[in-house]
Order: sequence, then C-alpha cells, then structure tokens
Amino acid sequence: MDKVLTHDAVINDLSSGMTIGIGGWGARRKPMSLIRAICQSDLKDLTLVSYGGPDVGLLCAHKKVKKLIFGFVSLDMIPLEAHFRVSRQNNEIEVMELDEGMVQWGLRAAAMDLPFLPTRVGLGTDVLTHNPELKFVTSPYSDEENLVAMPALNLDVALLHVNKSDEKGNTQIVGPDPFFDELFARAATKTFISSEELVSTQELGGKEGAIFNRFERSLVTGVVHSAFGAHPTSCAPNYGFDMKHLKEYSDAAKSFEEYSSKYMNKTHEEYIDSVGGSEAIKNIPLPQF
Amino acid sequence: MSDSISLAEICISAASKAWKDDGEILATGIGLIPRIAAGLAKLTQNPDLMMTDGETYLISEPAPMGKRDVSYDQVEGYMSYSRVFDNLWGGKRHAMVTPTQIDCFGQTNISAIGDYTSPKVQLLGVRGFPGNFINHKNSIFIPNHSVKTFVNGEVDMVSGMGYKNKQLSNGKFEIKVVVTNLGVFDFNGTDNSLQLLSLHPGASVDDVKLNTGFEISISSETITPMPSEEELILIREVLDPQGIRNSIFGE
Repeated sequence: MDKVLTHDAVINDLSSGMTIGIGGWGARRKPMSLIRAICQSDLKDLTLVSYGGPDVGLLCAHKKVKKLIFGFVSLDMIPLEAHFRVSRQNNEIEVMELDEGMVQWGLRAAAMDLPFLPTRVGLGTDVLTHNPELKFVTSPYSDEENLVAMPALNLDVALLHVNKSDEKGNTQIVGPDPFFDELFARAATKTFISSEELVSTQELGGKEGAIFNRFERSLVTGVVHSAFGAHPTSCAPNYGFDMKHLKEYSDAAKSFEEYSSKYMNKTHEEYIDSVGGSEAIKNIPLPQF
Repeated sequence: MSDSISLAEICISAASKAWKDDGEILATGIGLIPRIAAGLAKLTQNPDLMMTDGETYLISEPAPMGKRDVSYDQVEGYMSYSRVFDNLWGGKRHAMVTPTQIDCFGQTNISAIGDYTSPKVQLLGVRGFPGNFINHKNSIFIPNHSVKTFVNGEVDMVSGMGYKNKQLSNGKFEIKVVVTNLGVFDFNGTDNSLQLLSLHPGASVDDVKLNTGFEISISSETITPMPSEEELILIREVLDPQGIRNSIFGE
C-alpha cells in the first residue's frame, strides 16, 4: 500500500465548492504547504472549518473562501489575523461563528455519523442570533431542558500536518498537543496529510511511537512528504513560529503584492529557500507561552 | 518597598482574591495581569488551584512571566486543548478574561464591533466565551475603564452570556469580580447590577460614573487594599521578575 502523493496530486483531488477542514490551532501545526498549493490553484468558493490562523488568512487573501466556520482566527503572538479581518470588514465572506467547543462538537457529531449533538453552549449569546439555522432539542427525560442541537460538521476533505508518517498513512503527531486533528480526520470523507518526515513503518518506533498515532491509517487518503510544511506556523518539537515572517505576512494585509511576489507561486522547495532555507527554520526556537 | 506600589500591582493583588474560595479547580488567567493574579492566588489564597504553563502542561508552581530558564520544569499533569474543553464543560474552572466590551447584564464581546455583516472592527471571534460563561465562573479584568468598554445598551456581539440569561446555565453562570484601572466591582448590586466595591487610590466615584455607559450601584467608597509585603515580594521576585506588568498601564 502506497499513499504517497505530490502537492499537485492532492490539489487535483479537490474541487471548487468543497467543505475543507484544516487541522492545527491558530499559528500552530497548520498544513501550510497544502494551503499555499490551494492558493496557487483554480479552486474557489471553498467552505473552511478551522481553528483559524494564517491558513484562513492566506486563503482569504487569495479570494478562495466562500464561507468560514470558525471560533477564532489568530496568529497567537499577533492576536488578530489581518487578512481575515480585511475579508470580514469588507463583507467578502459568509461566516458561521461558533464557540470553539461547538466546533469540536460538530466535528464529533460528524465523526460519529450523528445528525447533531446537544449542548448548552451558545444559549444566551448572539451565536444563535447570527446562525438562525441552529435548532434546539428538548431533553426527553424529566428535566425537559432545552438545548442547542449542534449540527454535524461533515467535511469533504481534511488537511492535516503531522510530524511523521509512513507510506501507508500511519501518522504520528509528537508535539505536546494534538489539537483536534483526529476529529477533522474522522469528520471527513477524505483526509490528506502533509508530513515533516516520511519514514518506514519500522522507523515509527514500535509501541513507544504508537502512543503518538492519533488516528488510524484507514482514515488517511494520501500523504505528502513536506519537510517544514507548517512554516510559518510552528511544528513542535521540530520548530517554532517564524515570528519575523508572520509579522511580514500580517503587514502584507495592507498591500499583498510584495509578499505575494516574494513567497507565492513557488514549489514547496523554492518557498523554503525564499524564507531562509531549511537550516534557518530548524533553528527557530519553540515558543514559550 | 510599599511607597512605590504600582497600579498594576494593586490590580494583581485585588484580582488574585477572585480564586480564594474555589477549591481544587483549573484557574486560567488570560493576559498579563490575570495570569500574574492567578499565579499569586495559587501562592497565597488557594494552593490547591491547578494551572497550566500557558500551553499544554499542568504545573505545580506558576510559570513566571517572560523568558523562562530552560531549567524551569514544574510539570505535574497534562492539559491539551481537548482536555481543557472537557474540564470546562464539567464546570471545574474559573477564568479571568479581558473582553473588548461589557454591558449592564455582564454580557461580554470579543467577536466584532459594529454591524455584524461587515464589522467596523473584526476582533478574534467568540473563541470559548459562549462555553466558558455558561459552564463555569469567570472574572473580568479591564485595563481601560471607559464608556467604550462598559457600553450603553447591549454589547455589539454577545460572546459570553450575562445575568439576564442566567437561568439557562444550570446554576453555573457567575461573574465573580471585575477589576479595572479605576476600582473593584461585582454584579451583586440590585437585580445583578454592576456595583462598586472599592476605588483604587486616586480614582473617584465620578471617574467611575463618567466612564461607565450604564447605571452603577455605589455600595462602598472604600479604597482598594494595598498589596501586602508578601504579595509584593511574590509579584516582583517570583511571578514577574522582569517587570513586564508595568507595561500594561505604561508605569
């Protein structure tokens, strides 16, 4: 079994109008090389589900987004995501704004093949005002409590970045927080992985390594070997945020042309060279919070 | 030492009392002053508190602000985001947060300012506010007490629920304390209105009224207690030895 693909092969498997879930969290472990490949493609009218960072911002800057399902968009140390803000403030994208936990609940419902999961979260807030499609469910038990029926967030595709994978799609996320990548994989019809390292099954480290295998390979459609593929986001323990680059990216919301000519429309290898090369990224320290 | 106490230190000391009676729960201080205050609470008011390193691990001693020595390692447990969600849905948490707007009902906004369709100012998004406020106790720190933060009418996008919807929270909604640059407040005035508990040195009742966009109960005009000598030593030497706290008010 060989699931290894190129960036281009993944893009060829996507279509305009799809709902795409993106793993990671804020400026942490985002599948940025796949995101840049989408930006450089003809794909459009995408619905994104994300704990958003520069993945959302870059796709907004390239006008790829029809609708965003989100709880936040942030670059962590730079709290507000400038490109996303421009899109919102100019009313260029539809939004379904949810509590972070409601996003998790929607993915979990999809992962469990359920139409919804009940929750109190959202009650008493304008999340309900601005998402009139959210409906309610009354507890069938004696409490008869009225709850939000958080609908399943079914994904056509999930895009995730991991530390290690073999060619069969046995993946490992060895950074301290796996975030909600497992649920994205389970909520999606197809999951494409970009991986820092492509290793043999033996090199995954046996029982000790298997603790970091967060979801099973049957969920994985394809694997792209993408060393430093999360740049400029962090990929613990391999490298931290590229703060200098994130600042330059953020400032580019005023005028995107210079940033675009320096860093976009390149192969992944050319991109890595354009941001200082693999040695420089390897030396970016992990952030302290 | 005590003749040069800063406003940041007064706020940290006052805010640390928020977690005093919480027992063994997760204390989360988001932002500079709330984070130092949570640490101070653990070192003085409530040693049973759990807290994280700001990322993924539970730590037995509060992590100092700023660049830490790599030798700092007080890990006692694990707290990924997934586990934070599980924890907070069970109610065993008390967070202190800084919303961009707050109203007379204690409703909070970190999502967007102005018309929702094309906001004047897009902020973070509601993040975890809807879940936090309906599931567990929260406190508020506001560094810039003004009519722009304490708004007239309701906040532009209700991210955290308020007292007018308290009955929806299965008894768990509570705003314990509100600390600002002017004083200390809670929502235990008549019909859960905002009430002044104490004024920081130099602030007046008129300052508070002028800078609050709604009616406020004045139950007391006492002065906020100064940090104790012990608290000052912990703030200055243990929790924030680099003095990062002083940037919040430009002190």
